[in-house]
Amino acid sequence: MLLAELANLPGVSGGEKRVRQAIVEALAGCPVEMRTDNIGNLLVRKGPRRSPHVMLAAHMDEVGLMVVAIEKSGHLKFKPVGGIDSRVLAAKRVRVGAAAVPGVIGAKAVHLQKDDDRKKPYEIEDLFIDIGAAGKEEAEALVKIGDYATFDTAATPIGSGFWRGKAFDDRAGCAVLLQLLRDPELTGFSAVFTVQEEIGSRGAITASYALQPDRALIIETTAAADTPGTGEDFSSTVLGAGPALSVMDRSVIVDREMLTELIATAREAGLPFQFRRFTGGGTDAGAVALAGEGVKTAVVSTPCRYIHSPHSILKESDLQATAALVKAWLLRGER
Amino acid sequence: MEALLKKLTETFGPSGEEAAVRTLIEAEIKDSVDRIFTDNLGNLFALREGAGPAIMLSAHMDEIGVIITHIDEHGFMRLAPVGGMAPHLLIGQRLRFRDGRVATVYHEKLKSLRDLEWSKLYLDGGAAAAPPENPVAVGDLACFDQPFQRAGGRYLAKALDDRAGCALLIETARRLPRELPHTVCFVFSVQEEVGLRGATTAAYRLKPAYGLAVDVTRVGDTPKAPVMAVSLGQGPAIKIKDSSVICHPLVRRFMIDTAAELGIPYQLEVLERGGTDAGAIHLSREGVPSGVLSIPCRYIHTPSEMVDAGDMEHALTLLVKLCSKPWPAL
Repeated sequence: MLLAELANLPGVSGGEKRVRQAIVEALAGCPVEMRTDNIGNLLVRKGPRRSPHVMLAAHMDEVGLMVVAIEKSGHLKFKPVGGIDSRVLAAKRVRVGAAAVPGVIGAKAVHLQKDDDRKKPYEIEDLFIDIGAAGKEEAEALVKIGDYATFDTAATPIGSGFWRGKAFDDRAGCAVLLQLLRDPELTGFSAVFTVQEEIGSRGAITASYALQPDRALIIETTAAADTPGTGEDFSSTVLGAGPALSVMDRSVIVDREMLTELIATAREAGLPFQFRRFTGGGTDAGAVALAGEGVKTAVVSTPCRYIHSPHSILKESDLQATAALVKAWLLRGER
Repeated sequence: MEALLKKLTETFGPSGEEAAVRTLIEAEIKDSVDRIFTDNLGNLFALREGAGPAIMLSAHMDEIGVIITHIDEHGFMRLAPVGGMAPHLLIGQRLRFRDGRVATVYHEKLKSLRDLEWSKLYLDGGAAAAPPENPVAVGDLACFDQPFQRAGGRYLAKALDDRAGCALLIETARRLPRELPHTVCFVFSVQEEVGLRGATTAAYRLKPAYGLAVDVTRVGDTPKAPVMAVSLGQGPAIKIKDSSVICHPLVRRFMIDTAAELGIPYQLEVLERGGTDAGAIHLSREGVPSGVLSIPCRYIHTPSEMVDAGDMEHALTLLVKLCSKPWPAL
């Protein structure tokens, strides 16, 4: 499963190399031209450039942690990279640095906590990574300041048709994009696998400037809240109802012409879709839409529960429907 | 000016859906310019060719509004802000969609109005059903539904921010002399209220030598208002700075000197919070020396914004002169 292979790789913002390499390998033998730019985006062209020039984009990076200090005790202090809820971190397994040193995020055990401690959630400052090193020297032999830590989670199928894993945001988008690039029926478009989306769509700024497309479709993963305690009107998206079309978020107002086309495409092809019923959050679309003289931009996302945590859950049928919708939209543009 | 301002402010145009405003402006300005075109984001460019390098004048077409995020089986719609909209201003307001349908806003039962937040509000458009029976869809935008009115020497309307600027640009185009020392490009930008987005791509495309935004600004002349040295009726304001731009001293000086030469009243504006298209223009490419001409405006981002008729006339006189003179070299 492409999603599982991609999601299992470490690729915290700024450290996307392994993901990029895997994508390049997966495209071997495909009739595409590829190049990597100065900040690590992978720019891909499939077939001759057409008018309008269409660019698809998915981001390679995931949220994670960075080691910022090594304590005398051998514990590692860290800072979050991207939006992480500090309450989900304690007792989670991580891998640190290029050598994937195993560790666990430690905190004061329940027995040693004062009454007050138990009433307030852990903050980043209360937590540390324990790699089983007896002192600073031992730790320094294994890791260094600036190393990234990723959640140590292997993607696993669960239930009927669901997947559990880390980094589905946005390796799910990368998997869709790879599938489309490998599809022999599709040609005449550009694709970018961007870096550093989670810390401000930094890769998308330079990638879209370099490609100067006329139209861009961002393939994302978005939060679902179809869980106990949240009414449908505030769930944003739900699993199993197909790809979510954004209408607006903090970064972009989706181009109405493209949105109308995507809806018509889904209806014609008999594909499920839903609207993302939330206008917060941002994606690469914000940066792409403002590149150069401006780009018509839309966003299609696979809904996913518990994103930005060590274990998110998505439904495989949603992922497939996302790929099918983007494919049908590309083919529709050729008519 | 008054008739034009009425048409402009009563037109539907929240950020992202400026098409109706664009169509209106195109019709109003096309006979006064040499070239007219749009771009991918929907900005409207209207160009007068001149001898020297281009001056970009920018006024934004978009207004604040709301967006539909969910429609329940009874037809009640949930909403989120587009631009700097305050939830308490919406209660009991009439809102209008692109196709002219109207709806009103109310809130769920609250213990106190202090508990009011966006998630407690809903829109009622009179349809007792979910889509497709309900003609509204998730993603539809709505804006205030308010008539333009004259109140004493002042104008009251929704969306004077920044249709007042749009009106000034159109009227300026109509009054320009035959020969111009500079190419003047009137830009009617999109999506200013959500982050100066239209002006960003417009300035990139035009690569102007100078930038001048025309927009409304806050005032300090109402009961117990935060201190600000700008009042209604004291003339247009020449911006010194806001949170998006520090106006280029040469442009600022040029504007002040021109106002003095014309003998029209003007005020100097320091806006502590807020920004305008000049914030995007001055950072375009290698940098563009930019300034802002502001129209003092009370009750910005409410259904009843207020500007002074005299301020508008003086602003027009100043703008026509600014476009007819050679600008200082850097």
